[in-house]
Amino acid sequence: MPVKAKGFGAATALPASARRAGVGISVRALGHSYGDLRALDLLDLEAPAHSVLGLVGPSGCGKSTLLELIAGLRDPTRGEVALGEAASAPARLDRCAFMPQRDLLLPWLSAIDNAALALRNRGMRRGAARRQAGELFERFGLAGFERARPAELSGGMRQRIAFLRTLVAGKPVLALDEPFASLDAITRAEMQAWLAAALDADPRTVVLVTHDVEEALYLCDRVAVLSSRPGRVVEELSAPLPRAADRDEAVTDPEFVAVRERALHALREGRR
Amino acid sequence: MRRWLLPALLLATLVGAWQLAASTGVLADALGLEPFLVPSPAEIAEALWQSRALIAENAWVTLREILLGLTIALAAGIAIGLAMHLSELARDTLSPLIVASQAVPIIVIAPILVIWFGYGIWPKAAVVALVCFFPVALGVAAGLRSADPAATKMMRTLDASRAQILWRVETPWALPNFFTGAKVAVVIAPIGAVFGEWVGANQGLGRAIIYDNAQLQTANLFGDVVVLAAMALSLYGLLALAERRVVTWR
Repeated sequence: MPVKAKGFGAATALPASARRAGVGISVRALGHSYGDLRALDLLDLEAPAHSVLGLVGPSGCGKSTLLELIAGLRDPTRGEVALGEAASAPARLDRCAFMPQRDLLLPWLSAIDNAALALRNRGMRRGAARRQAGELFERFGLAGFERARPAELSGGMRQRIAFLRTLVAGKPVLALDEPFASLDAITRAEMQAWLAAALDADPRTVVLVTHDVEEALYLCDRVAVLSSRPGRVVEELSAPLPRAADRDEAVTDPEFVAVRERALHALREGRR
Repeated sequence: MRRWLLPALLLATLVGAWQLAASTGVLADALGLEPFLVPSPAEIAEALWQSRALIAENAWVTLREILLGLTIALAAGIAIGLAMHLSELARDTLSPLIVASQAVPIIVIAPILVIWFGYGIWPKAAVVALVCFFPVALGVAAGLRSADPAATKMMRTLDASRAQILWRVETPWALPNFFTGAKVAVVIAPIGAVFGEWVGANQGLGRAIIYDNAQLQTANLFGDVVVLAAMALSLYGLLALAERRVVTWR
């Protein structure tokens, strides 16, 4: 991640599991149908290790399907998805953590227990899981919110916890499905800067699905614009580098604006 | 405050009107009955007090039947709801049978149960269990099904096993529905117990109701009914309290 925002400190405090070498994503001749309904056409995409790949496209273009295929939640009806060497669905599932559209924090668990879910699922005792997740709370500026119930938190805070939950899983690939869609514009801008800094401190290979072209270009190294159903790649773009440290400066840079216009144009083209 | 005050006020008004209508003989006249057949609330209260020992004894018998039946109903309802959630085979096999079990009139089943299980607590508990497992099973199955599929997917990518998804996501998700089913169950449980006693019993509130009815002891009869209703209300209250302690996130 080239974006520099408020740093979260060196990655040395990371749990060992999260320090795994990154893996890349490769999508080859991928297609997916639900019965007669073709959701995705022939897709080819590559994302190197520790890069952020953005997927933008109109509603119902199969973005979420693509994300589920990458995460190993389903098998494609055609073609191949691989995370590093892992090509089978269970192997992908092993390497990818998924952050759903709504934060989906479990309302009966505290913030820290939500963040620690992956550790608990692997059989870690509650105390140890809380300690390990707690280190990330410290590092990402969430200290003091550990015991809060999700209902007591603002939308932005909930998304932060949901992202931590994905991070704590310690997987090399993160699949984020429109993580900030439900937030207001100001909170969303804040969250984008926060996420950029978080990924800077703890690099992972990320696939980010979003409706928001600006968000994609600000957060991602490469952005694939998808057509309406059946989804295929209309255009691949990247934002001009280096990006300004300040988010507002970055997105108002004339070169950035030019690329954003190209992306919007591609979106319109793909809708026809 | 409002939750207690309003029902209490309505009840007081109704009881007051009844007291007035019964004690002045207006009600009996209107029904064309002898006044002793239409007791006033005060007379019912007096009857309750007079035969308190007997009523308490009968209530204890019926309460035990209800509690035993409810225990069986909860265990069976949870097991069936869970099985229907986890296995399509179980769902397809069980659901028509379960619905059919509710369509058979309990008044037809009860005599058979008495023949099979005798005069003790078991046939009554069986009737209670039979009418009460249904709302519990339905609540459990619907509740487990209501869990957000996106949450399940998220849990899978966080390395959760099927059992962990069931325990950490689906079960808490199902609790509100479970409590709704259980509340329906505790309210109909006394009806089941009374039906069970009507077919064959030496004691219990249902048996007392039959006896008082035959003896035209209407004041006593109403007394039995009041105790029965109070029992259902208390069980409901206990369950509502438990729900508030358990489901803290709503």
